[in-house]
Amino acid sequence: MKMELIQPFINAADAVLSQGLNSPMQMGNLTMEQDAYRRKGVAALVELSGDIEGRIIFDVAPRTATQIASKLAGAELPESDAMVREAVCELANQVIGNAIAALNDQGFHFRVHPPRLHTSEHGARSTTDIEAMVLCFETSSGSVYMNIALRYTNSAEAATAV
Amino acid sequence: MESERGGDMEQFAAIKRSKDGQAVRYLIVDDSVFARKNLARIVESFGGELAGEAGDGVSAISEYQRTKPDIVLMDITMPQMEGIEAAEKIVQQNPDARVVMVSSVGYQENIVAALQRGARHFVQKPVKPEVLYEVIKYVLGEDGVVAAATGAGA
Repeated sequence: MKMELIQPFINAADAVLSQGLNSPMQMGNLTMEQDAYRRKGVAALVELSGDIEGRIIFDVAPRTATQIASKLAGAELPESDAMVREAVCELANQVIGNAIAALNDQGFHFRVHPPRLHTSEHGARSTTDIEAMVLCFETSSGSVYMNIALRYTNSAEAATAV
Repeated sequence: MESERGGDMEQFAAIKRSKDGQAVRYLIVDDSVFARKNLARIVESFGGELAGEAGDGVSAISEYQRTKPDIVLMDITMPQMEGIEAAEKIVQQNPDARVVMVSSVGYQENIVAALQRGARHFVQKPVKPEVLYEVIKYVLGEDGVVAAATGAGA
């Protein structure tokens, strides 16, 4: 996966998480996911289709998700609260939406689908066609993970080859 | 989620309807309950009142007809019917409707499409309350009036 695809997600996560949590965020590890993806906690999945297609999983450990949701809501939420899951989905929507906006302004055209809760324990592993990359962001409330598995479709490759 | 500041919500000088001095009524449309609740919190800090909520474009149209709000805050990426199409239908049926798009997918193409199809303004998520406050004042124009300042955000 080319860095030009990843950088907008890093920038968007930095902007959204820093503003939302009102504290700076640090970029943690960036790794290729060789094995099948294993969910860490509360996870939201967003699918993309168009010049770039694939999926992004936004994943947060339960305790971290609760802390983040409580900060965003301005009130303490219990760990089991449905609003915690809603908050993670909305946060995913914002980070991914902002990244998509940047990519779109670079000339890629695609559609982002509404986030949905990802409840499966595992996800697809990298293939020769689609590599999965895991970004870790260290926030004041704990680690936030984004598992990104995207590929250019034929139309995008044709456009970039020009 | 719209106010990503967490904790106490900043208070703004209330924006009232100039015709009767009543609170501005908002219809909030977003498929995320969390986003709707946070947007409601923000507009309440502007002295606004929640007229209704909807989780998709189709419900937004019926909720608009039912509640006749002063302002619609409309997400774009939603199931069933997306926000831009819903905004267009609302404005076709109600030419005076004031629809403000509130979305994270704020790329030029989307913004232009939304404005061409009837939206009055576009606000990027995560929403900064002070930005939305200025947009609301702008969109209301002479139909809105700012009451005496009550807080630091005035």
